[in-house]
Amino acid sequence: MATTRGGSGPDPGSRGLLLLLSFSVILAGLCRGNSVERKIYIPLNRTAPCVRLLNATHQIGCQSSISGDTGVLHVVEREEDLQWVLTDGPNPPYMVLLEGKLFNRAVMEKLKGRTSRIAGLAVTLAKPNSTSSFSPSVQCPNDGFGIYSNSYGSEFAHCKQTLWNELGNGLAYEDFSFPIFLLEDENETKVIKQCYQDHNLAQNGSAPRFPLCAMQLFSHMHAVISTATCMRRSFIQSTFSINPEIVCDPLSDYNVWSMLKPINTSGALEPDDRVVVAATRLDSRSFFWNVAPGAESAVASYVTQLAAAEALHKASDVATLPRNVMFVFFQGETFDYIGSSRMVYDMENGKFPVRLENIDSFVELGQVALRTSLDLWMHTDPMSQKNESVKNQVEDLLVTLEKSGAGVPEVVLRRQNQSQALPPSSLQRFLRARNISGVVLADHSGSFHNRYYQSIYDTAENINVTYPERQSPEEDLNFVTDTAKALANVATVLARALYELAGGTNFSDSIQADPQTVTRLLYGFLVRANNSWFQSILRQDLRSYLDDGPLQHYIAVTSPTNTTYVVQYALANLTGKVTNLTREQCQDPSKVPNESKALYDYSWVQGPLNSNKTERLPRCVRSTVRLARALSPAFELSQWGSTEYSTWAESRWKDIQARIFLVASKELEFITLTVGFGILIFSLIVTYCINAKADVLFVAPREPGAVSY
Amino acid sequence: MTAAVFFGCAFIAFGPALALYVFTIATDPLRVTFLIAGRASEGLKSINPEETAPSMRLLAYVSGLGFGITSGVFSFVNPLFDSLGPGTVGIHGDSPQFFLNSAFMTLVIILLHVFWGIVFFDGCEKKKWYILLMVLLTHLLVSTQYYSASLHLTSSGLAASVFTD
Repeated sequence: MATTRGGSGPDPGSRGLLLLLSFSVILAGLCRGNSVERKIYIPLNRTAPCVRLLNATHQIGCQSSISGDTGVLHVVEREEDLQWVLTDGPNPPYMVLLEGKLFNRAVMEKLKGRTSRIAGLAVTLAKPNSTSSFSPSVQCPNDGFGIYSNSYGSEFAHCKQTLWNELGNGLAYEDFSFPIFLLEDENETKVIKQCYQDHNLAQNGSAPRFPLCAMQLFSHMHAVISTATCMRRSFIQSTFSINPEIVCDPLSDYNVWSMLKPINTSGALEPDDRVVVAATRLDSRSFFWNVAPGAESAVASYVTQLAAAEALHKASDVATLPRNVMFVFFQGETFDYIGSSRMVYDMENGKFPVRLENIDSFVELGQVALRTSLDLWMHTDPMSQKNESVKNQVEDLLVTLEKSGAGVPEVVLRRQNQSQALPPSSLQRFLRARNISGVVLADHSGSFHNRYYQSIYDTAENINVTYPERQSPEEDLNFVTDTAKALANVATVLARALYELAGGTNFSDSIQADPQTVTRLLYGFLVRANNSWFQSILRQDLRSYLDDGPLQHYIAVTSPTNTTYVVQYALANLTGKVTNLTREQCQDPSKVPNESKALYDYSWVQGPLNSNKTERLPRCVRSTVRLARALSPAFELSQWGSTEYSTWAESRWKDIQARIFLVASKELEFITLTVGFGILIFSLIVTYCINAKADVLFVAPREPGAVSY
Repeated sequence: MTAAVFFGCAFIAFGPALALYVFTIATDPLRVTFLIAGRASEGLKSINPEETAPSMRLLAYVSGLGFGITSGVFSFVNPLFDSLGPGTVGIHGDSPQFFLNSAFMTLVIILLHVFWGIVFFDGCEKKKWYILLMVLLTHLLVSTQYYSASLHLTSSGLAASVFTD
């Protein structure tokens, strides 16, 4: 390349080349996946973060800094260890590794607000025993969104009469300014504790020496203050920005519903068509994101209802019953009744084929798995029964239930002694709109029997679903536990009651729920979703939704969730019919005579394995199971500050991860920097001096044509 | 280990090379060319015959420095950017002084390359073949020692630099 003579610096061409070289080298340096990074960090892969949720007025959950929070690790196994973190330790801020049994209100109150000393919290899983309890939910769930308020039923409002979730500590509804993670893997916890013991333990009261073991947690949440604020910001972004930055999403999913006798979903029912509604909830939550086993709070109830639906569909005179039965599984009831409020809204506005006028009676399944001494309590609403006709209807409803229960000696239906409020239930949202006769069946008379309501410990063990050792997964799938038998009895009572309420007279005693179905459902939802039965009832593209562990019941923001799909297809399998349509006919049944997409839903499912266990035998299942949108009406109406409807939203985030590493002292870093500066200055000075005196220092032999330097 | 360590190690490793560049090479565009492109004196002579060609010793020095900087950058830039994060080496039992050691090593390697360049060119010119052999042997010795010491540690760049010389 051409060069110009002399000049005080390199010419543009060579400068450009030099820049290109440096740029490509820096690029090479920034490429990740290198072994030095593996020498420094140990990533923690099996963790669950605490994320930020917002409602009309508040934000709850946790937040970290945008580039993660780093702190020196300290293991807290007893309450006394907190002293080091809060006052004594010389190297704040600390990252606390808290034993699961210490994760309670008292300890969290001490840690909250001390952001100068606490960088974050990592909680290990405790082993719950028979006397412990932990419920991060509030003591009065969904307060203010049911029927009882200061202006209507004030003696029942705010759980004045009965504190439903007595053991609740409300931690999940607090706002923390540091990240909190759950360590799900015991092996990772051991590694962390080993790092702590190797580097962070102080010798004989003196301060521990650097390098110290530290942890970094990333869980920066984009949304702030409340749903109203974050939705407004997202709305402005999406309207005016080319690259919109949405900061939060409303919690939403789908309700699953089906009818006993098919109805035309494109139209509406006549006012004379009466419907008995059987309802339950599908979802739960916990302190941590997407961990919600919900065994007693949700799974046992909807499994019972699935079994009851199967039993009822087997009755021989279903087609001639005077009234129809609607089975509905509401999603989002944990967050101020998202699903049921949306269904009521749709019914009132004609967007749902069944209207409020069509509802004859309402039977809801609350928490039913922890019955003491066979009692199943019937809860009714005292306020609506002040109306004489409603009181009589409710009385008839209770009498029918007791009659159906008489044939099942393992279930004893009990009425309340005095007028008591309804527990938190979807029925409350229906009663807000219209006085219907309804009952909630539950295993508790006063406060919940569930000691782990909406927590990470509400697992199979909480409802005594345990399997013998050394059995294969297939054997576990078909093993009928005692809990399954008990729930099957409740399902039998429910199915018979629904049959009678729908006007059936003859075959009530032959309706029987199958404990085998109940136990397979419990196994799939609570222990291992990836089993042969679940695989056979799902569509092919949903296969990967089944993990090797239990299914989680958090509503989330993407829909439908895994659990919603599995419940939908389980209900279709249990209540639908296998037709011999081909795959093309199944996807478009309009051409086939006697099949109608308005009446039925057709799904092409995987089917069981053939006898050689090599291939699946897919089939077309026809059922009346459908999904109905469960997004709070507040978002439909853009009333983001609404106190009438649920306004829960989840913040968005970019990166969630956790890792441990060693940190060096600030002194060492400073020394490194000064040494570097020193070497640079020294070499500049030396080079300048030598270069200036070069012709004196280097006497080179004269070469012809050489230019000395 | 944060920005302090990043800049500290960067200055340790590349400070002298930068000083040499600033005072002896940057002043003359031709030397910059030789730094990057190596031996191109014949081509340059044909483009610009009035320009007096620099001496062989200068060429040797410049090309040695060029190779040294390249090798240093490729072997050290990866650990250097890892030192920007909050963590330091040591959780699996390695020495916590890893970054400082690597920086000094890189500094030494760069200077070694300069010396090797000058000595090698001198040997070639004076046709003293034992000098060439010495340079090659010491080069291999240092590379082998460095490579085996950091066998479980760093960069592919290190292997690359062994073969580019």
